[in-house]
Amino acid sequence: MPKITYNNIGITAISAAIPKNTIKNLEYTNHFDENVVKEIVDKTGIKERRFAPDHLTSSDLCYHAAEKLILDNAIDKTEIDVLIFVSQTPDYRMPATSIILQDRLGLSKDTAAFDVSLGCSGFVYGLTMAYNYANLSGIKKVLLLDGETRSRIYHPKDRKTAFLFGDGGIACLIEKKDSFLPSFFSLNSDGSKQNLIKVDAGGYRNPSSINTMKEKVVDIHGNVRTDEHGYMNGGDVFNFLLREIPKDIKQVLDFSDTNINDIDYFLFHQANKFMNDYLSKKMKLDKDKVPQSISKYGNTSSVSIPLTIVDQLKGLLKKKNLLLCGFGVGMSWASAVINVEECKVSDIIEVE
Amino acid sequence: MKENFINAMYEAFEIEATEELDLGTEFRNHDNWDSLTKLSLIAVLDDEFDIIIEDDKLETLNTFKDLLEFISNK
Repeated sequence: MPKITYNNIGITAISAAIPKNTIKNLEYTNHFDENVVKEIVDKTGIKERRFAPDHLTSSDLCYHAAEKLILDNAIDKTEIDVLIFVSQTPDYRMPATSIILQDRLGLSKDTAAFDVSLGCSGFVYGLTMAYNYANLSGIKKVLLLDGETRSRIYHPKDRKTAFLFGDGGIACLIEKKDSFLPSFFSLNSDGSKQNLIKVDAGGYRNPSSINTMKEKVVDIHGNVRTDEHGYMNGGDVFNFLLREIPKDIKQVLDFSDTNINDIDYFLFHQANKFMNDYLSKKMKLDKDKVPQSISKYGNTSSVSIPLTIVDQLKGLLKKKNLLLCGFGVGMSWASAVINVEECKVSDIIEVE
Repeated sequence: MKENFINAMYEAFEIEATEELDLGTEFRNHDNWDSLTKLSLIAVLDDEFDIIIEDDKLETLNTFKDLLEFISNK
């Protein structure tokens, strides 16, 4: 459980792009009884989600977010030395999507580019990598892109997951400056819990075949999916998070010597409203300090924290102390206390 | 303890106030039981009794009475 400190590094700009295609959860499928759907919507708090149409990928969303970021902040593209793309829904199995984005964004061939395959913890992990590079001499600016089309991972006939996930992409800029205050991170992993959230087939352990694409009933409730679709054991995930997340948040606060009352905003991974409210209640947080975007976008995996920032904190990020906490598939979880001197937040753009 | 427990179960299972709760009932057979109720049950045990119940342990418990005994012995 490394505890990391960075000095004089910060996020200076952030933007987001979402598909225009909006799914209203109450009208999403006719595979389930109306009352069942209403109960799921009430409990998870997810009213709408954005689904990328077939032609749109997570890298497309990140591309549009990045162009918006570059335009709004008049960023000199030649100063971007590193491009990091966080996603578990890349364009291809190879090459890395980050490299395709380097060309598409018109960045120089001097750019270092690589992908990071993490889910809900991915943004906080990605930030540490961005901070790492920004910390090096010879690096001016780091562009962190984070995109997901999680809607494509889950089967519409599996009610445990069908109503939860959505798509989005973000871009953010990380730079060094003498006046930036320190930021602190805690990173964690537990591979013994790999089966709590998983897509069994389609990788090299269980390659795609006719069998992996067959729909099958997977439990006594009659839920249906294929081995190429994701599954999630929500109860056990929640149980795991109850044990680990409050503890990790406390550790990062202690380690950074931050009083919980000095945090301006708590940005939790948006898994569902139940989890958000539970964490807020357990830590006795003022509701106004816990921005949420779950009702509008659902769970967008690693994108949910930065998307919530863009959706909820535009114009508010001047001299602010943020606590970030991402948690999920892996299991992998990460918390951070970051000091923001001034972060320019762009308007969200919708992509058709 | 028993009264707190019963109140907690009414909350987790969203049982109507007018409805009786038979502790001998297998909680997974309760009309309101589903994967979301499991989250509420885990949450309410943590909230009210400061107990995080292990998955393996929860699997061995069947009736509301089993749950009550488990938290009473903690």
